[in-house]
Amino acid sequence: MQNTGSRSPKIRRNVFKRTLRGISETLERSIFAEEISSRPGLLQSLDARMKLIAILALLIGVSLSHSLTIIAVVYLLAILLAVLSAIPADFFIKRVWLVLPFFTGLVVLPALFITPGPPLIRIPLGLTITRTGLITVLFLLLRVSTSVSLALLLILTTPWNSVLSALSVMRIPDVFILILGMTYRYIYLLLHIANDMFLSRQSRVVGRMSGAEERRVIAATTASLLSKSLNMSSQVYLAMQSRGFRGTVVMMKPFKMQPRDWALGGVLLSVALIAIIIGR
Amino acid sequence: MLPAHLIGKFSKSLALYYAVLIVWLGTTAMHIPDGYLSPITSAIMFLLVLPFWVIGMRRIRQTMSARSVPLIALLAAFSFVIMMFNIPLPGGTTGHAVGAALAAIILGPEVATIAVSIALVIQAFFFGDGGILAIGANCFNMAVAIPYISYAVYRLFARGSSIGSRRRLAGAALGGWLGVTVAAFLTAVEFGIQPLLFKAADGTPLYAPYPLSVAIPAMVIPHALVASVVEGVLTALVLAILQRTNPAILETAEIPAVAGEAGGFRNLGWLWVALAVLVVASPLGLLAPGTAWGEWGSEELTRIGFKFIPGGMARLSGIWGAPLAEYDLPALGNANLGYVLSAVVGILVVAVIAWLFTALLTSRSHSRTQH
Repeated sequence: MQNTGSRSPKIRRNVFKRTLRGISETLERSIFAEEISSRPGLLQSLDARMKLIAILALLIGVSLSHSLTIIAVVYLLAILLAVLSAIPADFFIKRVWLVLPFFTGLVVLPALFITPGPPLIRIPLGLTITRTGLITVLFLLLRVSTSVSLALLLILTTPWNSVLSALSVMRIPDVFILILGMTYRYIYLLLHIANDMFLSRQSRVVGRMSGAEERRVIAATTASLLSKSLNMSSQVYLAMQSRGFRGTVVMMKPFKMQPRDWALGGVLLSVALIAIIIGR
Repeated sequence: MLPAHLIGKFSKSLALYYAVLIVWLGTTAMHIPDGYLSPITSAIMFLLVLPFWVIGMRRIRQTMSARSVPLIALLAAFSFVIMMFNIPLPGGTTGHAVGAALAAIILGPEVATIAVSIALVIQAFFFGDGGILAIGANCFNMAVAIPYISYAVYRLFARGSSIGSRRRLAGAALGGWLGVTVAAFLTAVEFGIQPLLFKAADGTPLYAPYPLSVAIPAMVIPHALVASVVEGVLTALVLAILQRTNPAILETAEIPAVAGEAGGFRNLGWLWVALAVLVVASPLGLLAPGTAWGEWGSEELTRIGFKFIPGGMARLSGIWGAPLAEYDLPALGNANLGYVLSAVVGILVVAVIAWLFTALLTSRSHSRTQH
């Protein structure tokens, strides 16, 4: 809903709208992820524990590697895996690269010029791009994009509950996993509540609110959300108690490794291993 | 050489670029993506944050046990949602708050660590906000540094004042500001040591490219000006509302008990006297001739009569220049005094470290209304 009011230069956009948009993007993204994880595809059929370990190994391999080529190869592998897992390639690439240049690229841009080393290109503004600067920036861009792509692969092809169950393989205490699962569930609940609070405020605003008023509204929303969270946690606890919860957590671990899980996992782990060894 | 008017235009655009970068950097939260930190740094940060996770879980078990599961889950969800709010600042910028300072004031820093850590883990895994290998570093910066520092500042201001007092608001605002600024500093240090320690054979930085001299001002200044202010302002504002509407949440009578439980310094006085006697007597060691057997450096080896120094020894023996080398301070001119000084310094360092650990690990007595 547009703010009617005096025609002022567009320096300040409505903060509630931006927050609302952020919230709805998050919700939309997660619905899409759930949808993809239920499609038939290569990674979807892989045992979640093996997937988690393989992706972690690849992340470590990318992180340890000293070779740009190896990291690029892993990135291409990630794209291949995405395509084989019913993830649209253009979505996969855009999701990483549309955000990436904005954060990493911008921050790292001056490094092209200020990293000491042999000069490479002279730009007609009196600046020089050094060779070491270019290589460093490439390393950073490739590492960040590949890491984000790998994490994306994990999340898009695995339902969140399976990710949590897979985490128990890594000896993370069950109570943590329970808390992670509940938090995930309640994030959506609180997001909807916050969304409603901001939307209802937004729909009652005519004209512009001053910054101070906006801050007060946000603070009030935050305080209200905090009180609701605390109350809700009491009710949830009562509900858990009335269903027998006494503090010990029992989890279902419904995974069974199939031969193809070992095969695919083995392939991915060897790639990670190669990345680590060759890169040195 | 460029014509003069073009130079002027260029530096103006560069200045504008940096101004935009600084403001924009200060408004984003400081989640570190994967690729900026070497895996060794990430591993070390995990090791550093682990004791705080243990402390947090132990605290939860002590005070809340079964009740804590839904409480932590909801507060982690709350922290996550708060991180998504755009908060306006004068001047037209908006920033994001972490909410860790608020969590620390209400729950205590130990539990706040767990709640914010869980929010950060979910952000990393599910929303790609922050790297997965960097979770240790992100948790240390945002889930440990911010809560503990803001809490300490808040308690300093809150001492002796009533729950509804304005002094607490100031403490909350300052605590939030300081917490986030220190967190930005820690992040900058983690970035800044990368080009120092992790580079290719020809000197190319392999991870974050900026040295400490660039990273520290580049991170700390924008955060101190924008993001820290956002955190401080939000914390104080929410605290003010809670003071009016729900002061029961803020009721706490925390009295950190550190050395008190062990009986204090008085009972152990005789130990300190014995230590002092030993310190004074330490120069006796200088009476013995020669160096301890096996503790030979390259010079001692040559003096003994070795004709060959192993390559590794020759290369690495000079790698660390100790401040009190050989337990002596040449400026003093007296070897005995140097020995005594080394003993005192060593005891002081060990005592400080031991005190720090005790302060972290001792349980605190508190009375708090349960929710």
